[in-house]
Amino acid sequence: MSTRVYDCLKAIGEKIIENKDFLTDLDREIGDADHGVNMARGFQSVIEKVSQEDPDIGAALKKTGMTLLSTVGGASGPLYGTAYMEAAKVLAGKQVLEPEDFKAALEAAIAGIQKRGKAEKGEKTMLDSLIPALEAYTDKIEAGAGLFEGLDAACKAANEGIEFTKTIAATKGRASYLGDRSIGHQDPGATSATMTLEVIRDFVKG
Amino acid sequence: MVGLVIVSHSSKIAEGIKDLTDQIASGHKGIIAAGGLETGEIGTDAVRISEAVKKADDGDGVVLLADLGSGIMSAETAMDLLDGEGISVRLADAPIVEGAIAAAVAAVCGQNMDGVIAAAEQTRAVHKIN
Repeated sequence: MSTRVYDCLKAIGEKIIENKDFLTDLDREIGDADHGVNMARGFQSVIEKVSQEDPDIGAALKKTGMTLLSTVGGASGPLYGTAYMEAAKVLAGKQVLEPEDFKAALEAAIAGIQKRGKAEKGEKTMLDSLIPALEAYTDKIEAGAGLFEGLDAACKAANEGIEFTKTIAATKGRASYLGDRSIGHQDPGATSATMTLEVIRDFVKG
Repeated sequence: MVGLVIVSHSSKIAEGIKDLTDQIASGHKGIIAAGGLETGEIGTDAVRISEAVKKADDGDGVVLLADLGSGIMSAETAMDLLDGEGISVRLADAPIVEGAIAAAVAAVCGQNMDGVIAAAEQTRAVHKIN
């Protein structure tokens, strides 16, 4: 499983790197045009530093978080870094991911992002994708669904969250300087968070 | 003596502020610049900041001064990373240049954490003209 978690993190990194220009362009519209560049730099380091030797899912995620804290540079560094490190605490020692484990990890990651960014849902941030994703995931698995079905519902909700960010003005981060002029643009953080969930879903599907 | 860590997206800004504080508070060995990324690129690095805090601490605690945006978030993350290390560390809510100079003077005069934080935060109300 430790091999699998590395492969999944690598796939997330490759997806982010592949979408570097897309994420940066989204950020150019409403922010400081660095989201894709920063995230790609961070995940390039994650791909290099995290390895198949990491003993369990928690250890691999902790190393991912620490690496993102050091190498992303912009606000996504402490936000995603904290998210991965909080998820790592929940998954410490785990070799296999059960549906309940992913729920607990996503909850911890969201709580970490909220603490770090002092943000709530509805402020045009990654939380607008992640919180609905957690709710959809939880509903599915509480109805007895497995990891893949849960993640598929989570991704659908996260994509709806991206659409929702187009309809609201930003009140956090650089985009908040634009006020109502940020309406009409999708949030880059919600986009990269949704990409992350989609890679995990596709990875679980195999 | 209370240590100081200067957090900026730019290594040049952090180093420059340290040059200023070294001039004004000469004799203070615990002022550390933690600007930019390890590669020299623009950005902030919570892990580097936490290492700088360890270097700046002589047992009397460390005050952080940060520039803006993710500089604040990285400083707060660094404080979380230091949980359990037994280092007293606080982030001053102050402009980075004025705050750092006031904090350095207070620290070198032997003020404790509260005194250094208060000195830094008093600079928020300082007018430059009149």
